[in-house]
Amino acid sequence: MAKRAVFYLALIVFMLAAPFVFPVFKTQLATVWLMIIVALTWDMTGGQMGYNSLGNITFYGTGMYVAAVVTIALVYDVGEYTGSSGGGIYEFTDGQYFAGMFLGMLVAGLFCSLIAIVIGYITFGLRGPYFAIGTLGVAIAAGELVSNWEWVGGGQGIALPVYPGDLEDGKVLFYFLFAGTGVVLFLFLKWLYTTRFGAAINAIRDDEEKAEAMGIHTLQYKLATWAMAAFFVGIAGAISAFQLIHFEPLESAYQTINLGIFMVVCALLGGKGTLWGPVVGAILFHVFKEVTWNYLLGWQWVALGALIVATVVYFEGGVVGWLMERKPHWFNLPAKADEATGEDQP
Amino acid sequence: MEQFASNFGLLLQFPVVNLKIVIDGVMIGALFALSAYGLALVWGVMNVKNLAQGDFVIAGGYVCWWLSQKGLPALLGVPIAFLVMAGIGWVVYKVVICRVIDRDLFTTLLATFGLAIIMAQMLNLMFGSDTQSVDLGYETLYFMDGFIDVPIAKLLGVLMAAALAIGVVLFMKYSRMGQAIRATAQDVRAARVLGINTDKVYAFTFSLNAAICGAAGAIIVMVWVIQPFYGITHSVRAFVIVTAAGLGNLPGVIAAGLGIGALEQYGAHIFGIGYQQAIAVLLLLLVLVFRLLQQRRVRQSLQ
Repeated sequence: MAKRAVFYLALIVFMLAAPFVFPVFKTQLATVWLMIIVALTWDMTGGQMGYNSLGNITFYGTGMYVAAVVTIALVYDVGEYTGSSGGGIYEFTDGQYFAGMFLGMLVAGLFCSLIAIVIGYITFGLRGPYFAIGTLGVAIAAGELVSNWEWVGGGQGIALPVYPGDLEDGKVLFYFLFAGTGVVLFLFLKWLYTTRFGAAINAIRDDEEKAEAMGIHTLQYKLATWAMAAFFVGIAGAISAFQLIHFEPLESAYQTINLGIFMVVCALLGGKGTLWGPVVGAILFHVFKEVTWNYLLGWQWVALGALIVATVVYFEGGVVGWLMERKPHWFNLPAKADEATGEDQP
Repeated sequence: MEQFASNFGLLLQFPVVNLKIVIDGVMIGALFALSAYGLALVWGVMNVKNLAQGDFVIAGGYVCWWLSQKGLPALLGVPIAFLVMAGIGWVVYKVVICRVIDRDLFTTLLATFGLAIIMAQMLNLMFGSDTQSVDLGYETLYFMDGFIDVPIAKLLGVLMAAALAIGVVLFMKYSRMGQAIRATAQDVRAARVLGINTDKVYAFTFSLNAAICGAAGAIIVMVWVIQPFYGITHSVRAFVIVTAAGLGNLPGVIAAGLGIGALEQYGAHIFGIGYQQAIAVLLLLLVLVFRLLQQRRVRQSLQ
């Protein structure tokens, strides 16, 4: 027990001190938290419920756009703002900026939950790979439609106001927004997987027909889980929108083959269906990605594709799954946290 | 919005435009049907849903394009692309596919998606990201006072696609290997008991699929354009066609392929070329939802 407390305390101290100890890597560290958030939310449906979505990126992109539209709409006319494409001068006071940011995060989360319920109502009838392909289709279609929608800037995207004040302070703020969201999400999931709800979605993963026969309203559970995942992804998208300042639909918002696949790879690399797996996977993946991006320029995508293939083909259980199997005693600390959630390995 | 309406009005005003769109769509749809048939083959026989399908097509196209740059006649590129892609397909099977074949379907989906990323990027590194095409230098035929133009190259492409499809069907029906493939698709265990080396059959099926895609790509580069990152759209189209037609239903695959080609041309005419990919994906979603409703009806009748 004491060991576990020390472990968590060390993590919290590291989390709080990281942006000040490594000031050059503030944005990188924030991105690690973003990866952790999207990997954990992907694992809610993919690992715990057995519905492998390839379309969670829809909520990320939608979160970005909703936050941007909310922030702009508080002060100006959105169509006019995007129509000027940088030509007009639009000022935001500090109050307007922060009001827009926090309201935008909240609205983005709620709106994405709503979208998840609507899309889920159609796609959750699809099973197995059809669900994956169907949600991938939703994500691609959403990106294409938004990039043809002039009211939100079309293919040009939207430019948001820059953080008022020192930009380095802004980076620290974005780090803590991502980190805070990530910690809340982690604690929420840690609790959720111990409840009846967690048991129910695991039952859906293991055998959906039997779960239904046991009296679980599977569709409601599936929709609720996806809506919760979408809520957090939407918030992460909203924070990203302010962090990036300018974003466009296909490459940064609905980036289907970048972040949309990365989140799946993170969860698989760490070990899907475990609480710690996506966290470990996200950190490892981000390090791998940055190293290849720096030292293998031009070949980085080949390396990334090879990592995906190698992970799914040769390394099915992921890091956490492999460690649990090989060294349960050595891995006692975090493994215990997983056992406490009362779930079994797939 | 008004632009969409006026584009739509044009169709009603000049019925001959419809005919042109349908002919264009059918000619390009014949090539979609070819790669979709390959997908139906691996899906039906090995239960592998290959997301790298479109990238095999594009790779075949680049083989043909590269040969024509070297001065060889482009038409020779079709059989060479067929052979080269058969080799690549065999390697891909031995390295990756044979290890995921027994695993759950999402694993194969992700593994082939990783392959798709690798292949697209390799092509990009080798040939650059410009769009490429091969000009055969044939004339264009005109009908109906010049309203309808049919390039001879496209006509030739359709004929080659048809010849290849007929060849594959005959092979599947009469050769020993074709019979073994069909037996494996029906029942793997029984096939093994009867002395069929199913691993060999799988390897052959996968490389045959890659070869068909390669030939289709070599024809596409002559009648259309290719680019390293166009693969995913071709994959999506193949999935739409196979999902709509069902497995082991060759006439269905051909009909769905031609239909998708025509629908995409209509969409591009009414909404503009910017929506082409969105239309392919929305068609997929429509087909999936339609299949879902169909299944629901079956389930109800069972209750």
